Amino acid sequence: MIIVSHISKVYKNDSVETVALDDVSFEIKDGDFLAIMGPSGSGKSTLMHILGALDRPTSGTYILDGENVENLDEDELADIRNRKIGFVFQAFNLLPRTSALKNVILPMVYAGIPKPERENKAIEFLKMVGLGDRISHTPSQLSGGQQQRVAIARALVMNPSIILADEPTGNIASTQAEEIMAIFQKLNGDGRTIVMITHEEDIAEHSKRIIYLKDGKIDYDHHNGKQKKIRLNVKLNLK
Amino acid sequence: MELRELISQSFSSLTLNKVRTGLATLGIIIGIGSVIALISLGQSSQKAVQTQIQSLGANLLTVIPGSQSSGAVRGAIGGANTLTYDDALAIETSSQITTVKNVSPEFSRHAQITAGRNNTNTQILGATPAYADVRKLNIASGVFITDRDVEGLSKVAVLGPQVVTDLFPDKTNPIGQFIRINNQSFRVVGTTVSKGGSGFQNQDDIVYIPLSTAQKQLFGSSYLSSISVEATSDKVMTQAQNEIGYLLLARHKINDPASADFSIFSQNDILGAASQITGTFTALLSGIAGISLLVGGIGIMNIMLVTVTERTREIGLRKALGAKKRTVIWQFLVEAIILTFTGGIIGIAFGVLASYVISYFIKLPFTVAPHSIVLAIGVSGIIGIVFGWYPARKAANLQPIEALRYE
Repeated sequence: MIIVSHISKVYKNDSVETVALDDVSFEIKDGDFLAIMGPSGSGKSTLMHILGALDRPTSGTYILDGENVENLDEDELADIRNRKIGFVFQAFNLLPRTSALKNVILPMVYAGIPKPERENKAIEFLKMVGLGDRISHTPSQLSGGQQQRVAIARALVMNPSIILADEPTGNIASTQAEEIMAIFQKLNGDGRTIVMITHEEDIAEHSKRIIYLKDGKIDYDHHNGKQKKIRLNVKLNLK
Repeated sequence: MELRELISQSFSSLTLNKVRTGLATLGIIIGIGSVIALISLGQSSQKAVQTQIQSLGANLLTVIPGSQSSGAVRGAIGGANTLTYDDALAIETSSQITTVKNVSPEFSRHAQITAGRNNTNTQILGATPAYADVRKLNIASGVFITDRDVEGLSKVAVLGPQVVTDLFPDKTNPIGQFIRINNQSFRVVGTTVSKGGSGFQNQDDIVYIPLSTAQKQLFGSSYLSSISVEATSDKVMTQAQNEIGYLLLARHKINDPASADFSIFSQNDILGAASQITGTFTALLSGIAGISLLVGGIGIMNIMLVTVTERTREIGLRKALGAKKRTVIWQFLVEAIILTFTGGIIGIAFGVLASYVISYFIKLPFTVAPHSIVLAIGVSGIIGIVFGWYPARKAANLQPIEALRYE
């Protein structure tokens, strides 16, 4: 459960103030699948950073699972990111020249999970996204879609409250983008909360709810009645 | 994150760019290597000087003519003509002296000597038979100067091994041959065993002749260059020094010991002075080596800074995935420490090898100073921490969003 109330973000640069977010309030219930849309400069990346505990709002409160993020110091924020948020980036952001397995293991290293458990869990999640036969491949040996699936496995492995995806299909071919959306829908069907930033209408179509930002304000926020369901054409071992 | 994990992670990121890692380590290898080599060589030469001086005997005292004051003018040490054969005789026979075993009066000059077509310029030492006992000199072949030689002003000579090589390079037996010193002919009656030594204090590059011959026939002087005194044991050195001092002061009619016209050294005094000189040299050379170590450290810092810039995205990602500030600091610090530490270990091997090779070529005893190794390991660790700290902090202070956006 996410509660965002009256959040503003103002960037100061050489005495020029830029308002990126202007008094934004909304809630995200557990199990929702939200797409945040808007033109560039509308504040959607800023909102994403605040939701991901990567940045703090200038004013307003952000409550994630009952915890007020505002009051946390840098290390506690790192902990929140580690335990409660699973990031999926547009550029995948996998460690180069490092195996898929090690990439998925990384968040568990920071969480201090014992070594044998880590490996088993990482393999389990890689199998889940259909990459059980690619665990020792490095990012450069994988396609864009496969890399993003490694990133999704990495985002899932700590069992986070929400998955935050920033233009998850921006860097991959459209057929593979469908696969990623299928995985998100399946994960959402299993009760996971997904927040996805995108500027592509047809990607946003896959979500249950769409928030449209404009000039740092919510332009509209509606239930996506015509959610586009896709059938999986990849074999996934989703639980 | 556990230390073991940090280390294994640092190793894997260091092996990603082997050439750069190697070059960064090279600076430390050279720095540590030269520190080890120079400290070890300094110690070897110190040891060499010690054994050389100790080979003269630990209970040896040397009396040299000292600064003779006439009025307000003070002459140079050793430059005065104040010691005589009678002084030496008095030291040996006086009833005031209880701690002296042997006395060797000596007269020394440099002169040109020739044998056939070969010639050399070397030290001519007028001595009495006591010299061999006092200075622990061993005869390789033939005999040393005898009392009869001294009494009879014989023109006989005993050659040090270096002189033998210089004058008889074709390896003919020098015994019975004639050599010329200042155009006077001397018969070689013996050669001495090498005592080692090098530089201006070469104890092998010397020709011994009877004291009387040197003084009266060759150089026309009635004074002595030095008197070597063997004390009865090395525990009575100070007493012997005092006894001889008072005797000579009385003989020279000097009341104030401060204006004595002679000086008395024990081997320990010389040893101390020599150690101080070699010690200073070692410190100086180590200082220079230390500078190269510093440069190596700056090289490490440079590489780490490049690494931090290059891995900005990675750092951002790690932070987004839950890496805390101190985890990032540790990661980069451990990388720097591994670099310097590995460099340190290789540098030690390199330094030991270098000092072995150098001491082999300049004929010094090979020693490795254990404290220099401990020092090197410590210093390389500290360099890693000092020069790794700034880049590590820079990495840890990166904001995750900025870092993720970085192209």
